[in-house]
Amino acid sequence: MKLIYALLTGLVFGVGISISGMINPAKVFNFFDIAGPWDPSLAFVMGGAVIVTFIGYRLVWRRDAPLFGGGFQVPTNSVIDAHLVGGSAIFGIGWGIAGFCPGAAIPALGTGRWEVALFLVAVTAGFYARRLLTPPQPNAKVA
Amino acid sequence: METLFTPYASFGGGLLIGLGAVLLMLGLGRILGATGIMSGLVFAENGSEFSWRAAMIVGMILSPGLIFLVTGKMPELLVPVSPLMIVIGGVIVGFGASLGSGCTSGHGVCGLSRMSCRSIVAVPTFMATAAITVYLIRHVFGA
Repeated sequence: MKLIYALLTGLVFGVGISISGMINPAKVFNFFDIAGPWDPSLAFVMGGAVIVTFIGYRLVWRRDAPLFGGGFQVPTNSVIDAHLVGGSAIFGIGWGIAGFCPGAAIPALGTGRWEVALFLVAVTAGFYARRLLTPPQPNAKVA
Repeated sequence: METLFTPYASFGGGLLIGLGAVLLMLGLGRILGATGIMSGLVFAENGSEFSWRAAMIVGMILSPGLIFLVTGKMPELLVPVSPLMIVIGGVIVGFGASLGSGCTSGHGVCGLSRMSCRSIVAVPTFMATAAITVYLIRHVFGA
């Protein structure tokens, strides 16, 4: 039951990614290309998503526990460090080069385009590279 | 290359992305971060950590197919960059998102909605470096 629920959650998220235009690298490039054929559509994606999540999270957190138990696992770290800033800066560079971010590329895989599979293999290689250079702390949580 | 300005589809898609994030918190008590879900799948330490992430990723991958069933066409996806750029960008995305503990979904949607101070630093950082990267590639190097 929990797995069917997780699958349906992924489906809702993926349909959102697909119809929002986040799935389309051409739209991602044009969102950032203010000096070129600028397309501000993707600002509306973040706006819509944050409105629902901001309100929805606060309603959900009135509960004592999630539907399938286990407690709410929300990051508590509030330290602004070089890993956060440097990692985010590096991520943005890659996003600007490839036009995909992980949350867009996973649903995009379902279109059957081979470039998406190539991107996700490269992302996985990047995960391994990070582990080799800076082994994760035992308590560190990735958001 | 021009892309159509799609404020309604993008906002609607954003609402669904937010709904996905809220449903995951409601059911499993987790943040919906694609980097965390993907790297958690790759580096899973036990079966239960693996299985809900795998189910969610299956749901995400099925979403363009669902859109095809309903509308008769796949979501538009144009990749205006070379396979080499996809690979380079992908490795950088994987490395950076892992080091910075999140990407557009984890820091962007979920982190901003939680008003996490780490995400409030991360999001403008990766938006800025993505915009600078697109500017340099398109307008300085002229690719």
